[in-house]
Amino acid sequence: MSDTETKIRKLAAERILILDGAMGTMIQQRRFSEEDFRAARFADWERDLKGNNDLLILTQPAAIRDIHLQYFRAGADMVETNTFSSTTIAQADYGMEALAYELNVEGAKLAREAGDIAAKEDGRPRFVAGTLGPTNRTASISPDVNNPGFRAVTFDQLAEAYGEAARGLLDGGADILLVETIFDTLNAKAAIFAIEQIFADRGSRVPVMISGTITDLSGRTLSGQTPAAFWNALNHARPLSIGLNCALGAKEMRGHIAELSRVANTLICAYPNAGLPNEFGLYDESPEAMGELVGEFASSGLVNIVGGCCGTTPAHIAAIADAVKGKAPRKIPEIAPKMRLSGLEPFELTAA
Amino acid sequence: MTSAASRFVNVGERTNVTGSAKFRKLITAGDYAAALDVAREQVENGAQILDINMDEGLLDSEKAMVEFLNLIAAEPDIARVPVMIDSSKWSVIEAGLKCVQGKPIVNSISMKEGEEAFIHYAKKVRAYGAAVVVMAFDEVGQADTFERKTEICARAYKILTEQVGFPPEDIVFDPNVFAVATGIEEHANYGVDFINATKWIRENLPHAHISGGISNLSFAFRGNEPVRAAMHSVFLYHAIAVGMDMGIVNAGALPVYDDIDPELRELAEDVVLNRRADATDRLLAAADKFKGGKQEARVVDTRWREQPVIKRLEHALVHGITEFIDADTEEARKEAARPLHVIEGPLMAGMNVVGDLFGAGKMFLPQVVKSARVMKQAVAYLMPFMEEEKRLNGGTERSNAGKILMATVKGDVHDIGKNIVGVVLQCNNYEVIDLGVMVPVQKILAAAKEHNVDAIGLSGLITPSLDEMVTVASEMEREGFDIPLLIGGATTSKIHTAVKIHPAYKRGQAVYVIDASRAVGVVSQLLAKDAKAAYVADVQADYARLAENHARAQEDKVRSPIAAARANRLELDVSQVQPKPSFLGTKVFNEIPLETLIPYIDWTPFFQTWELKGRYPEILTDAKYGEAARNLFDDATAMLKQMAAEKWLEARAVIGFWPAAARGDDIVLFKDEGRTEELGVLHTLRQQMSRTKERPNLALSDFIAPEGSGVPDYIGAFAVTAGIGEEAVTQRFARANDDYGGILAKALADRLAEAAAEWMHQQVRREHWGYAPDESLANEDLIAETYQGIRPAPGYPAQPDHTEKGFLFELLDAPKAIGLTLTESYAMWPGSAVSGLYFSHPQSRYFGLGKIDRDQTADYAARKGYELPDMERWLAPVLNYDPNRVAKIAAE
Repeated sequence: MSDTETKIRKLAAERILILDGAMGTMIQQRRFSEEDFRAARFADWERDLKGNNDLLILTQPAAIRDIHLQYFRAGADMVETNTFSSTTIAQADYGMEALAYELNVEGAKLAREAGDIAAKEDGRPRFVAGTLGPTNRTASISPDVNNPGFRAVTFDQLAEAYGEAARGLLDGGADILLVETIFDTLNAKAAIFAIEQIFADRGSRVPVMISGTITDLSGRTLSGQTPAAFWNALNHARPLSIGLNCALGAKEMRGHIAELSRVANTLICAYPNAGLPNEFGLYDESPEAMGELVGEFASSGLVNIVGGCCGTTPAHIAAIADAVKGKAPRKIPEIAPKMRLSGLEPFELTAA
Repeated sequence: MTSAASRFVNVGERTNVTGSAKFRKLITAGDYAAALDVAREQVENGAQILDINMDEGLLDSEKAMVEFLNLIAAEPDIARVPVMIDSSKWSVIEAGLKCVQGKPIVNSISMKEGEEAFIHYAKKVRAYGAAVVVMAFDEVGQADTFERKTEICARAYKILTEQVGFPPEDIVFDPNVFAVATGIEEHANYGVDFINATKWIRENLPHAHISGGISNLSFAFRGNEPVRAAMHSVFLYHAIAVGMDMGIVNAGALPVYDDIDPELRELAEDVVLNRRADATDRLLAAADKFKGGKQEARVVDTRWREQPVIKRLEHALVHGITEFIDADTEEARKEAARPLHVIEGPLMAGMNVVGDLFGAGKMFLPQVVKSARVMKQAVAYLMPFMEEEKRLNGGTERSNAGKILMATVKGDVHDIGKNIVGVVLQCNNYEVIDLGVMVPVQKILAAAKEHNVDAIGLSGLITPSLDEMVTVASEMEREGFDIPLLIGGATTSKIHTAVKIHPAYKRGQAVYVIDASRAVGVVSQLLAKDAKAAYVADVQADYARLAENHARAQEDKVRSPIAAARANRLELDVSQVQPKPSFLGTKVFNEIPLETLIPYIDWTPFFQTWELKGRYPEILTDAKYGEAARNLFDDATAMLKQMAAEKWLEARAVIGFWPAAARGDDIVLFKDEGRTEELGVLHTLRQQMSRTKERPNLALSDFIAPEGSGVPDYIGAFAVTAGIGEEAVTQRFARANDDYGGILAKALADRLAEAAAEWMHQQVRREHWGYAPDESLANEDLIAETYQGIRPAPGYPAQPDHTEKGFLFELLDAPKAIGLTLTESYAMWPGSAVSGLYFSHPQSRYFGLGKIDRDQTADYAARKGYELPDMERWLAPVLNYDPNRVAKIAAE
């Protein structure tokens, strides 16, 4: 176990830790124009860049650092780097594959700088979670309905892209690697495979957090797995935490977090959206309402780390931090060692 | 979700090319669809794990493994169980590991290439997140005896747990099941050795599991399935008893131990347990006797096949079963008048069921994709028949029903839903041009022109796609498109389409399509020349209604802070402030003749009192209510005449005018024209809905010239009643037990009071205030309130606070002046009465306050000198918050 992991686990045994809220929502509020996204460096780039939020790491670094700082000041113990799409695969949409490593290095640095400022202000340790997003391709779903055996991306391509991003995040000073918004578990397995390779090459580890996404009312990931099947498929990563984020609000997420909380013998991390999007695609759950719901997760002993995803703001994080304050963190359960496999559903072999 | 927990696991062996000749043939022939059926059958028969083996010399095993695993991933009823990736070649295993999202088992690795290779593979298996089967095999060879089996397993266990860090519960040992009854003496004890090794491993290697390929055991009895099955069954019976917990078996074919013929069971047991020297001979001798014995019938639930064809099609669609779809489609085709009717009827009905189940969270996406494939196959079957029908019809029809361009908008990569819609449309003879994902608007429009498409379908899953769709709509408008625009995808909604997209595209029609199953219905109506206009009109009416409701709901929801609402007040045009009234102070009118008031009666509310819905005078000729309304009206006019003639009731009024000025949201009244001494304050409430400059946030005080404007303004007040004597009249009817008469009299008194207020207001406008001396309006115009100035009443939409009547009654001295009093809840007595304020400014108008927030309630309470909770009680119906809840949060 790495020193960082020991440190975080010690903190997590004492209290519920706070993760930050949405980056996209905060960026949207600033209403950057196409020119703002480009800045001088990419003024002549041949493709539209507005919407490439990760690029703001390079073109509007002060704004990104400031958002991180706002979340730290709102009470976050850890923030996620703005690198959700900073893989060669996701950046290919903008023709910016070559920037992937740089985005991850600089993205981690900005969060690190904000963390150092915040830590100096109040003396509390702050952590940078290097974000590895899902990419925009799925390794176990065919994009062609007529050709179900086809794959738009392979495990090896994903592992290579994730590996490059992870190296960048570590080189930029990330304390943790966070594989998140997992809608296809095979993508995450490729990320874990790449990360383990880096750890082996470097002879040192950092904690890994894993967060899946239950996409709809079926209670499954996009690729069809139940939460327990998801955990069985990824627990070989020995993650610092397993959990869920995005797609659902706290209310809808609760049952699935409860299931993970029951089966997983590691920390549980939940960062739901600010409710379900309304008909205009806006998330309008108030900080108070969300604080109340997430506070209940804590009262029920379901969580160790909480934060927010789409639609959440520093006000939401402050409300959540306030709501879980003083509440005991979930106790990691003793899980009897049994062979636990999974397809879309979990399987447990109960040895006599 | 309960986990499938089990003590002994059946690993399905029929998807193993080395174990199943049928499967090998299917794979070598490339018939993956039939190969999938084999897998599905295994799962249906209870296999909890699927063993997949492609080790066949003529096959590209790696490629076959990848292909088959990828196909399984798209079959939710197969993919729900874990797989066992089975190969003797590491490269095949590794290729397979890269294809499964769940946690599989690798079968197998061993120490036959030495420790180093073993450790390397074990680490890889771990990195891919799999469990592992370890064969009892080392550099020397395969373990046959008890000693060799236990020694190799112990060594492998130690390496895995101590050097590799492999969790012991993820290790499965395969101590090798070898054939017995071969006639070779050394083989006779193999069964016993396996069973004893199993027991030893269980006792000495904690958490590890034991598995084996059972079919090897009975190799000597190839061709005699009953004997083989019996041997397997008794072997498992004894091995499981000592801890074997996994076996590669044909789950459907295994008899239950107790069900085996006792004679056969004993013979088999003698062989497996090596109980007597002649065991093999005895079993051989008896074998033929059992050869023809019936096998256990395979247990597949086929009851759905007995249902009518429509139900069968639905079942096949919901469960994604293609096996019988051609036959069922053919059956449905024969019953249908036209092949197209099969699609539009039972197939679309089945897809609707799929859509509903998906919406309810009872199906998930991979299942829905499968349903679409079944649909496609059914349609493919029907295609030749439809072509034939077309040919017979002279072939003059268009070659397809229309051309639809589909795209996932820029910034979005989600296309599964779009693909499903595409399939369904193609199934229905539309030509689909699919531009893929992340398509910029320019490309969509250019392609639409190039292909001369009949409609464009946009899809998106993430929320920014909503804005992008609006962009596409406005660009279509700008470039002069008029073809239909279809909107779909998870975050899209009818309301968003109605409010945001539809208004951006006026030349054509944007239509929200809720799911793939509805796409055909929508498109066919939009492209049908005769049906289009009516359909579009329906859509537009629907969207207009939605947009209107939405606007209203938004106003109800979002509140501006009171400071912001005040900043957005109405800027009164003070140049239009009306002249001074003809007198200041109050004036009383007694004994207003009822005959004067009767023409001013608004009869519509009168009929509403009697629950006759409709407007006067049309209601008198209404088909449904006409007769009742006419009878009632006759009775009413007769009673009115009598009321007037016999003076049952007396109508009275008091009005007054005072110098006034707006001070914030209040109206200050002065004692005289010098405006030095204040008479009192009328308090008003301000709208707090989110508004723009074009639509101010109104308060009644906005209609009075503000303090400091230098323009002297005035306000009027009134109280009227037609209820003097009302009590006596109702008592008279009560004594006569004439309920109808009593209610009629009361209803008429109410109408007369309203009429008195209307009449009085007209007198005020023409004469007493006199700002409209020439006004001459018919009664309908009065009812429609087309005149200048308003007379809002406390307790009504513009000022819902009833307590404001307190100061109003003081001003008018109403109790003394006309005998009208207030109860403690500020109701007027007698009840047939109206009171309110007069505003004369041309900009003054009636409005609804809507809901207000706590900031205004607190401010208003302070202005009136009320405690906040009391004020909240009076204003309860207009509060935008739950006062109890807010108070609780504030206190915490």
